[in-house]
Amino acid sequence: MKELSLNILDIAKNSVRAGAKNIEINLNEDENGILTLVISDDGRGMDKNTLKSVSDPFYTSRTTRKVGLGIPFLILAANQAGGDVNITSKTEEEYPKDHGTTVTATFDTKNIDFTPLGDVTGSLLTLIQGDPDIDYFFKHSTPRFTVTLSTKEIRKTLGEDISLSEPEIILWMKEYLEDQYNV
Amino acid sequence: MKSLEELAAIREKMKQKVAIREGADDAVRIVVGMATCGISAGARPVLAAFVEGINDAGLSDKVMVTQTGCIGICQYEPVVEVFENGKDKVTYVKMTPEKAKEVIEKHIKGGKVIEEYTIGAVTK
Repeated sequence: MKELSLNILDIAKNSVRAGAKNIEINLNEDENGILTLVISDDGRGMDKNTLKSVSDPFYTSRTTRKVGLGIPFLILAANQAGGDVNITSKTEEEYPKDHGTTVTATFDTKNIDFTPLGDVTGSLLTLIQGDPDIDYFFKHSTPRFTVTLSTKEIRKTLGEDISLSEPEIILWMKEYLEDQYNV
Repeated sequence: MKSLEELAAIREKMKQKVAIREGADDAVRIVVGMATCGISAGARPVLAAFVEGINDAGLSDKVMVTQTGCIGICQYEPVVEVFENGKDKVTYVKMTPEKAKEVIEKHIKGGKVIEEYTIGAVTK
């Protein structure tokens, strides 16, 4: 992937496919330039065997072809930038009230092989446009700025009868995020 | 700075639009493949170009832009399928935001399929 934001989009799509109602995307860069990405959902979760196999490029849940590269791509991006990926998951069967998956990845942004974040706003809008009924909470904080977006909050004002995938709403959210990034 | 209050005004505008749309049938559907293969090949900006282009053209009442998973022809990503009532599906391959703008102009507005961007032309 050319941008880390594309990995974020790709990994969050796994949460969508896991039937998540809430997806949280948290990006935090500390004063030493260590970037931590956390994507967590309340989807159906994975059992231990599935969890073990997701880092294997020859494992996939899709049916159109046999190779799944989403998680291996993220591991590659993290490892080449001196970081790591950790995945924890609770299945719906075992934890009916508290299930879901959390993917945590770290990166050293000072590393020469750190993949630039790229268009995080674009990835977030793609997620919302594709599955507007899911609630997304997004936070990106660095020593220089904090950007947040909560679809729950947007829905409070907008009401339930207007889909977040309406182009007017997508474009409003785009400006809302860009304004925060450009402060 | 954008404020959440602005959404209340958008809401009023949208409610009327949604009411109009419920009377009409969605004549055109543009579907962008957004699995790992599509994403890594550049599907995200292609989707954005369609969402913004259709909105700018004032066509969001008639044309729906949606996403799907892997279509199974990963080597041709980004792949975009256009469905129109009563017509054969058109599959555009190796799409770019520029090509997306052209598809809106010539195909969606003009009614003429851009053959050279379709899978039929590429696999010949």
